[in-house]
Amino acid sequence: MSDAVQLDRLAEKPVSRTRETLQTLVANRLAVAGLVVLTLLVVIGIFGEAIAPYGINDIDIANRLQGPSGSHWFGTDDLGRDTLSRVLIAARVSLQVGFIAVGFAIAVGVPIGLVAGYYRGAVDSVLMRMMDVLFSFPAILLAIAILAVLGPGIGNAMIAIGIVYTPIFARITRGSVLVVSEEVYIRAARSLGATDGRIIFRHILPNVLAPIIVQTTLSLAFAILSEAALSFLGLGVQPPNPAWGRMLADGQDFFQQNPWMGIFPGLAILVTVMAFNFVGDGLRDALDPKQKSVIESRGQSA
Amino acid sequence: MSGFLLRRILQMVLALLGVSIVVFALMHLVPGDPVRVALGTRFDQELYDALRERVGLDKPLIEQYFSWLGGALTGDLGVSFRNGQPVTTLIMERLPATITLAFAALAIALIVALPAGIISAVRSGSPLDYGVSAASQVGISMPDFWAGVMYILLFALTLSWLPSSGFTPFGDGVVEWARHLILPALTIGLISGSIITRFVRSAVLEALNQDYVLTARAKGLSEWQIVRRHVLPNSWIPIVTVVGLQLGFLLGGVVVVEVIFAWPGLGRLALVAVKDRDFTVLQGAVLYIAFMFLAINLVVDIIYARLDPRVRVS
Repeated sequence: MSDAVQLDRLAEKPVSRTRETLQTLVANRLAVAGLVVLTLLVVIGIFGEAIAPYGINDIDIANRLQGPSGSHWFGTDDLGRDTLSRVLIAARVSLQVGFIAVGFAIAVGVPIGLVAGYYRGAVDSVLMRMMDVLFSFPAILLAIAILAVLGPGIGNAMIAIGIVYTPIFARITRGSVLVVSEEVYIRAARSLGATDGRIIFRHILPNVLAPIIVQTTLSLAFAILSEAALSFLGLGVQPPNPAWGRMLADGQDFFQQNPWMGIFPGLAILVTVMAFNFVGDGLRDALDPKQKSVIESRGQSA
Repeated sequence: MSGFLLRRILQMVLALLGVSIVVFALMHLVPGDPVRVALGTRFDQELYDALRERVGLDKPLIEQYFSWLGGALTGDLGVSFRNGQPVTTLIMERLPATITLAFAALAIALIVALPAGIISAVRSGSPLDYGVSAASQVGISMPDFWAGVMYILLFALTLSWLPSSGFTPFGDGVVEWARHLILPALTIGLISGSIITRFVRSAVLEALNQDYVLTARAKGLSEWQIVRRHVLPNSWIPIVTVVGLQLGFLLGGVVVVEVIFAWPGLGRLALVAVKDRDFTVLQGAVLYIAFMFLAINLVVDIIYARLDPRVRVS
């Protein structure tokens, strides 16, 4: 949206920030499409077993490696298990890993950014140099190295991905805090005798949320891609639990006989990641138009 | 410029020091005795004692770190727990494959991204622009391993045009070398290209909105002359930055693609080391990749400072 349009709007009537954000978001068709897909995914994640036509481990050797049909919409795998059911039920793991890993990154990264940006000086230098070190590794490599120490598994994968995405939250938060803490209302709060804690959590945090929210959505996309890659490598979700990345790895030997086994789990990852990216881009345009795309971290992700 | 250079190099040395601590800590954070864990069922008292002494696990931690760091600086990263080979040799053997793949992928990325990004910005809002944006959005969201598997399925297994995996050195014949390189390079090159396309588009779009473009239009220059003479020279900085970041990622972050295509690179070396619990090799590979990553960032910053003198002052 151009500045002129925004100015016109301001002249008409005061609109609350949330309302304006929602309006901009709803006007963005891709973001709406992303939101619809994500809502659907969450529903599938919660009610996966109820929606899935078969159980995840219902083996039916007589009907193995079949293409899509009326009884098996996505076909069957090498053990005759229904691919649609497995793709649906695996949605839960992907979302869980994504949300918990990014939650971890926020829980650690945002306070680091707040403290570094607010206190500046030596605290800032030490904390940010530590974040720089984590930023010096390609993301997937760092995750793999952490999993080498912790051992493979879904819980450890969440921690590893969480650590990998911590520095980006610290950096983004710090950058915004540096700007916000120069504002007059912060000086006013300080002169009224507000404690540091009160200033940080009551006055600064609410004003630096926009870029954090945008980064959360984009990081969810990358976290889900990372989880899929780690599970593909055998370091994430362990069998017999289905995960999209695992299904691709397990099915590799059979793709020539039944390519559908590989197509659908991959499409599921692609659609999920795209949905998060669309919502993230839409949110960025709505909340924080000045912020440049943080797509570089995709470079750090896959 | 020299002050800027010095500051940046100092920063890189500091970051490398931090990286070395993290990498060193990796092995020591493993619960239990890393040598015992690494040997697993292949346990043999004699081998165990020899390895422990070689790694120096009986010495104090600080001493171990400095002796490891000293070794790393002189090119001695220890020996593999698995087969006793020097880690540096293992890394050097893998380096050519990794570098080949990274540059081939970057070439593909640029061949795609530069024209696509520029045309999409110049024809902003046209169906072509939407097409490019949609394609790059798909590329950005695409899991690289899935793309790789699908290419193998299509081009190697179904059409039999290209080999499904492996690496042939350049010296053994250019045709075979290229045939093995195409699919892995395409897999990551197109994804990388999608990311670069978005940056090129927004950089060119931003330059197109500047006053000097208006002046150039008023002078009656053709659209392509404007792009070539005024827009592109002013768009290089963000483009160089993202290309540098991508190269850093391509040199160290393509573990999964190397695994799929059985490409004998550094990423695969690191992954195999994780599976074998071969911690010295893992440390060496991770340290090396992080070093390349930081070195490229340094080069990008220097180019950046050359292109835009303001950077040197801030």
